Amino acid sequence: MALHRGRGFAAINYPIGMNLGGDPSQALVHSNPDGKFTVALSAIDLGQGMKSVTRQIAAETLGVPIEDVYVDTADSDTGPHDMGSFASRGTHRMGNAVIRASEEARAVMLEAAAEELEVDAADLVTDGKGNIHVKGAPSRSITTMAAAQAAQFKQGRTIAGRGIFLIPLSEVDPDTGEMSPVTTFAHAAMLVEVEVDDETGEVAVTDMQSAYEVGRALNPRLVEQQLRGGAWMGMSHAAWETTEPQYPSRDHGAVDFNGYLMPGPGDLAPHHISVLERPAEDGPYGGKGPGEMCANPVLPAVVNAVYDAVGIRIDDLPVTPEKVLRALRAQGGAKPRRAL
Amino acid sequence: MTEMTKPGMIDFRKDLFANERDDNLNEIGKPTRRQDITGHVTGRSPFFDDHLFEGLLHLRCVRSPHHAARIRRIDTADAERMPGVVRILRGADVPLNLNTLLSLLDFGIDDEPILSTDRTRYRGEPVAAVIAETEAQARAAVRAVRVDWEPLPHVLDVEEAIKPGAPAVLDIYPQNKFIYHGKYDHQKLRYGDVEAAFREADHVIEGRYQMSPIEQAPIETCGAIAAPEQNGRYVCYTSTQALFFSLGTAAKVLKMPSSRLHFIGGTVGGGFGGKVDSIHEPLAILGTMLTGRPVKYAWDREEEMQVGAPRGAERWYIKDGVMRDGRIVARRFTGYFDSGAYTRLSSYAIIKGVGHLPGPYTIPNVHADVYCVYTNRTPATAMRGFGITGVDFAIEAHMDKVAETVGLNPVELRILNAYRDGDMKAHRRVAKNCALIECCQVVAEKAGIRISDTARAASSLKDGGGARAQLPARTATDQDGRVTGFAASGYARKGGGASSSASGTTPLAARPSPQPQPSRPATSTTPSRPPEPPPPPPASPSPSPAPARSGAMRFSSLSGFRRR
Repeated sequence: MALHRGRGFAAINYPIGMNLGGDPSQALVHSNPDGKFTVALSAIDLGQGMKSVTRQIAAETLGVPIEDVYVDTADSDTGPHDMGSFASRGTHRMGNAVIRASEEARAVMLEAAAEELEVDAADLVTDGKGNIHVKGAPSRSITTMAAAQAAQFKQGRTIAGRGIFLIPLSEVDPDTGEMSPVTTFAHAAMLVEVEVDDETGEVAVTDMQSAYEVGRALNPRLVEQQLRGGAWMGMSHAAWETTEPQYPSRDHGAVDFNGYLMPGPGDLAPHHISVLERPAEDGPYGGKGPGEMCANPVLPAVVNAVYDAVGIRIDDLPVTPEKVLRALRAQGGAKPRRAL
Repeated sequence: MTEMTKPGMIDFRKDLFANERDDNLNEIGKPTRRQDITGHVTGRSPFFDDHLFEGLLHLRCVRSPHHAARIRRIDTADAERMPGVVRILRGADVPLNLNTLLSLLDFGIDDEPILSTDRTRYRGEPVAAVIAETEAQARAAVRAVRVDWEPLPHVLDVEEAIKPGAPAVLDIYPQNKFIYHGKYDHQKLRYGDVEAAFREADHVIEGRYQMSPIEQAPIETCGAIAAPEQNGRYVCYTSTQALFFSLGTAAKVLKMPSSRLHFIGGTVGGGFGGKVDSIHEPLAILGTMLTGRPVKYAWDREEEMQVGAPRGAERWYIKDGVMRDGRIVARRFTGYFDSGAYTRLSSYAIIKGVGHLPGPYTIPNVHADVYCVYTNRTPATAMRGFGITGVDFAIEAHMDKVAETVGLNPVELRILNAYRDGDMKAHRRVAKNCALIECCQVVAEKAGIRISDTARAASSLKDGGGARAQLPARTATDQDGRVTGFAASGYARKGGGASSSASGTTPLAARPSPQPQPSRPATSTTPSRPPEPPPPPPASPSPSPAPARSGAMRFSSLSGFRRR
């Protein structure tokens, strides 16, 4: 009886946004008289950081400090239409809508500043610190606050913008499946190390080494939280979870977290992540959506690692001790391969 | 945990694709702290369940204990006299007691009652809803509702369900299969000729893979609280992942103009796909309409796990034709999604999955038949990776077997077959912005996996396109699974519905491409293929003269979907 180590590899890509398009997102951006901006959306923050990433995109596009932007989301009376937070579409679709709305608001802000500075708006740039100045002449400047006050109380301008992003709905050929599913793909590769106990059938994931290509990491900490959490979810899916342990029978389905198995803190494997950034041409600042795809490579990498460790193929998830022991018995014991 | 997130556990490979990025931006790329984090970590962020109005009532459902049953009678007389009971809702109280989630996309036939009246099709299906002063009183009254059930034959396995003679889960789909494009009982992918390629391959490798159903397992269970507002409007605080999707569904089911609904959400305690089904909002609002008081409807943990839709199970069969050097020349899929008793979103996930095949590899011959199968279990719905996770598990477990068969290192095999910029994909669009090879190389390097110089020198940016951009010379098509009596929906519609006499090889070139494809190869690829016709303008959702469903808000309505 022994513990056997093995390594397994998998690689995947992942489509960003609703398949076939037809899933619009809208954004409204406006400034108060002090040059503080509100972004009104109907996007949902599930914990993934929807409010934060759209806030950063708005600040970048408007050219104002992040502190001057606040995202107000998901009140159907004030937020414009959005399809929702799913299909890895939030950052990609809503991010683009926020860019467009922010560009429109920024144009008015620059016009207001131009009128105060008596220059052409096309010659103005923002420094991202709350100032607008003539390109190449930083001394000829006005604060975004002063520009907003002039727009509101002197010039009668509305510093506001509307944005929508829509990839029009496309079609599917019933006979060949020809279609334009999505425009952007994220990528990942994953190496998982497991330890298989040939006496109990238990499989422990002991290490993960990955590379995730996410377009552009708009906020590296938010990307990291998605990748860590998602990879653990994939590990849990591979070796712990199911609502119906005797599928297709519905017997013995879990009804609470005592019966629904998930890894505890002691079971979580260290995860060494490399982030690659190949910007998507239609993504907001090149960003894709890391949220869903991060779990996917872990599942096959785990079963491949089990094979490497003891020579059995588990093609039926999850990898339970019972399945491992039955397969080991059928094989006549562990046959370590250590091929990778 | 600190150990696991310490510096050094993550690195950003800024050296790769550096010339495709401007890294000097003000705010993008900065690790700015979240706007809402203080509220979250101090427990002050408001979630839907924090809006506990004075006089809030609680709604709980009476559920079927059978996999399939006829409802002979529902007797609520005793329950109505129980302490605290304000009202018991039945199917007849729901203005439009039949819906399919994707009707908002004009996809599929309304198939699922809000509260079933005559028949139930899965264990846990709701047949009545008790509204009471407290949750405990609602639970007690639920137990006092007497339902006279007549259990019916049921089927739980996808391949059993599609055998002749299996009990029909839904009468509108008598073969227990969703109908695609009004034309076939599965979604097809046909690219090249896999059978011919299998004959010429050095190895043929087959596998069967089963993806288990799992629970999204959010900390916050799914729910909604509704209350009367001014001017005949209703406010609804909800945990939905899709505010306007839920609002549109409620407007349809309640036959109410969307202007009378005020939905508030946005801060959700985990979704992972399990909060798009819009189950709670319509009943909470209906309860408010009929009692004049605020009503909360939320699942407890047991309901979240056994009644709430899971990631559905999927079964995949894969057959690969492989050459001695590791090149995959053909890949055939047969897939079965276990949709459970109703469609919800499984039909959509299958089209998404088919568009994803054969995975991130350039394979010249690909064939897939994927079925959305009805069984007598909890309907499935979205979950992280929906439509993709299951088949990626199958593909990548299979790739390991292919690597072993041809004696190649698994990383090497991926790089050899990886798609590259300019390659034609099986859904007939050209690949761009690829990065699979680089991900494989980075992992090999840091994990100390030896790969060949060729694999180390490979790049997504080079050696793609050219011959790899060509459509197959011939694509084998067929009429297997042809059905009649169904109309195509607006979503994904193309050439469905109308009967056709096509057989053998479809004259693909006669059919215009749906979107301009500038990168598409101009050379003729079918022997008899006439010159490519100029592509028409992109399909635009033209307004349909068909009457809109009353109360329904439609996001991309093209035409009605109805059974003829």
